[in-house]
Amino acid sequence: MAKKFLTKDNSSYIIVILVYLIVELLLKTGHVSSLMKGLLVPLCVYVILAVSLNITVGILGELSLGHAGFMCVGAFTGAFFSRYVGDAIAFGYLRFAIAVILGALVAAIFGIIIGIPVLRLKGDYLAIVTLAFGEIIKNVVNVLYVGKDINGLHISMKDTASLNLDAASSDIIIKGAQGITGTPKDSTFTIGILLVLITLFVTLNLIHSRTGRAIMAIRDNRIAAESIGINITKYKLLTFTISAAFAGVAGVLYAHNLASLTALPKNFGYNMSIMILVFVVLGGMGNIRGSIISAVILTLLPELLRGLNDYRMLIYSIVLIVVMIFSWSPSAKAFRERYFGFLGKKKKEVS
Amino acid sequence: MSLISYLINGLSLGAVYAIIALGYTMVYGIAKMLNFAHGDVIMVGAYVAFTTVSGMGMNPVLGILISVVVCTVTGVLIETIAYRPLLEVSKLAVLITAIGVSYFLQNVALLIFGADTKSFSSVIPFKGITVSGINISGETIVTILACIIIVVVLSLFIKYTKPGKAMLAVSEDAGAAQLMGISTNGTIALTFAIGSALAAIAGVLLCSAYPALTPYTGSMPGIKAFVAAVFGGIGSIPGAFIGGLLLGIIEILGKAYVSSQMADAIVFAVLIVVLLVRPTGLLGKEIQEKV
Amino acid sequence: MALLEVTDLGISFGGLRAVDDFNVIINKGQLYGLIGPNGAGKTTIFNLLTGVYKPTDGKIVLDGENITGKKTVDICKAGIARTFQNIRLFSDLTVLDNVKAGLHNEYKYSTISGIFRLPSYFSNEKKINERAMELLKVFDLDREADYKASNLPYGKQRKLEIARALVTNPKLLLLDEPAAGMNPNETAELMETIRLVRDRFDMTILLIEHDMKLVSGICEKLTVLNFGQVLAQGETAKVLKDPKVITAYLGE
Repeated sequence: MAKKFLTKDNSSYIIVILVYLIVELLLKTGHVSSLMKGLLVPLCVYVILAVSLNITVGILGELSLGHAGFMCVGAFTGAFFSRYVGDAIAFGYLRFAIAVILGALVAAIFGIIIGIPVLRLKGDYLAIVTLAFGEIIKNVVNVLYVGKDINGLHISMKDTASLNLDAASSDIIIKGAQGITGTPKDSTFTIGILLVLITLFVTLNLIHSRTGRAIMAIRDNRIAAESIGINITKYKLLTFTISAAFAGVAGVLYAHNLASLTALPKNFGYNMSIMILVFVVLGGMGNIRGSIISAVILTLLPELLRGLNDYRMLIYSIVLIVVMIFSWSPSAKAFRERYFGFLGKKKKEVS
Repeated sequence: MSLISYLINGLSLGAVYAIIALGYTMVYGIAKMLNFAHGDVIMVGAYVAFTTVSGMGMNPVLGILISVVVCTVTGVLIETIAYRPLLEVSKLAVLITAIGVSYFLQNVALLIFGADTKSFSSVIPFKGITVSGINISGETIVTILACIIIVVVLSLFIKYTKPGKAMLAVSEDAGAAQLMGISTNGTIALTFAIGSALAAIAGVLLCSAYPALTPYTGSMPGIKAFVAAVFGGIGSIPGAFIGGLLLGIIEILGKAYVSSQMADAIVFAVLIVVLLVRPTGLLGKEIQEKV
Repeated sequence: MALLEVTDLGISFGGLRAVDDFNVIINKGQLYGLIGPNGAGKTTIFNLLTGVYKPTDGKIVLDGENITGKKTVDICKAGIARTFQNIRLFSDLTVLDNVKAGLHNEYKYSTISGIFRLPSYFSNEKKINERAMELLKVFDLDREADYKASNLPYGKQRKLEIARALVTNPKLLLLDEPAAGMNPNETAELMETIRLVRDRFDMTILLIEHDMKLVSGICEKLTVLNFGQVLAQGETAKVLKDPKVITAYLGE
């Protein structure tokens, strides 16, 4: 079999690398506004979130509305670690690498804990339960107090006073609703791109492996998959866990880009989960390259519309509705094929 | 405050959830879609009532009527323009469109009314009653009564009228219903109309009891009401009623006895437990896949 | 020699006795037919044999191994593969990947080797590819290997489903109404395919079918089911002449 170089997969890597090079060039020549500079790391965060959610929604075919919850777990784990060790690990890259691994690990553990009971639910029930878990995580983080003193770590769910810290050596790391402040700013655009590439590598290789085939077989027909000896529970859980782990990675990246990390409805609530889902659906279910592109465009769109001030989110919402109708409805499809046939992808029998 | 008064508050909040959940559950039952914009219709209803009653000094009853009409029209418009082209194509596509509609309504409200919190003055004219030392507010009495009336009327409507029966038929099997000469599109539009009218009433009642009104007021109660609908068994009207009441009570008791910050977490935790024990909710039907 | 031995198999759904007192012995290499009117319980028996339902009573022994009440996945590993009445392919996967998925338990490598492309990934994928392509050739599907399964014409989808079942290396193959919805030409071709499967793979086959021409053409033995109970059993020619069977099919 002749292998094509410019496959859909390879082009995903190429797009990411090209974008990186172009942005770096623009940065060097001073063509990037400070506003855009501030968006570079978040862009990487959203791309990782979109790709990782696509593993659950597009590859496994289960609707999850709690992705931001896993991101939250990763963010707080990573930030907590970096804050805790502080300058004990002076080499920032090493500290960040450990933080990423820890964040992914803890998010994965949450994925397993949540996945075991909920994955037997189907469709919208699964969606609402994952949403519920995401909200619970956000809520619990908001009442979590962790401090350290010479005696070690103290944890409370009430307030700082109940931590009973030794006054002389106390350092409150997680301060309830105020979250974590003073996380070292270890996230950079380069690191973000690196993490995007790692996420892509794992995801794409996973899809094109024995495991990936099993997962997609379950998505396409659970009963048939079972009949050829595929263990449904095992693979569902595995997928859910991998997806959660990468949401955790995105969280760590996110947390190390901020001076203070708090769990708000807008960053770790269901609104965020839904926004990531929008990226995935608009980019195409199971289409990893599509997730990347739509995450980038939809993140930039409100910023590009900034000139329109108050109207930008309104326009964003209208664009969202119109794009959905235009790309999914049968009559719009017919219209498009008739008048814009050259624009759309030609539907061939070969996929 | 005593346990009794917490329970009464819980019932009152639960009744609002139940009214919203009824709309949610009907729409889900018939269109099989998660209408994420439902909560924002509540907000629209509240803003209309706020403008007409507080702003223009209209009679509250008239204000509520206008609010119901506006929401009904909004609901039907949303359904025909945004959802109908996609309903039969992909449930997920409609879900995303619903999110778009939700953003749209919020931002329209933001443009018209601004982001600042409006203080909604209650539309309920009387102060309530005191029974053996416990004060029951007018809002509480009206909300609970309204909820009961709505559930009864709705159940009768579905059981005994032609459009009601058509709704049942479409929710069971839209294709077969269409073959029997039922207009599925019309029935779905009617369902959205009823659901949105209920959302308007819920919005007015919610803001009468909790007077802070912003463009995002509807979104959390919307989600909670959806939780209530799932909790009771989505698609079931008695389920939405019971689910809503239970949820309200759990939330208020959780706030009072556990932690005010953790109340939402408790509500969601209860939902999870219920679904794990009964995967289709308290009163939901079990569906088995045929091999 | 008996490959499948089913004794007193039965299942109740609530008060309904869907299958009652079902007994059958299928010998190695046999092509066995299971027929009966709609709702007689044929597919239910398939679901019992493959662990989709747990039997209320009775015993299923495959090649000396008791598989009663085991999970579908384990029954597949024990050696029963099946097709479905309403075709169940992995519709968004390619034809080739459908068959490759069937090799899930034949050539194993870990998720980690898959992700990091360790040597075991390459060696196993090579074998998986070869086996799958080889089988597709047998079924004359190799030219469509890269098609999406859902884009195949109906008859080929049936074939692909059989291929996917076969690739799991079963001892017993269950075919649930393979000729349903086919025209006479396609049915004739299917008959050839089933014969091919038996001869070339030395397969034992249990077949549910309504098409009498197909049944009388290829089945050596038959069991007729009616209202969940065995009505007649034995040599195909004899069974089809049984007055009870004729009544069940044509009415009084």
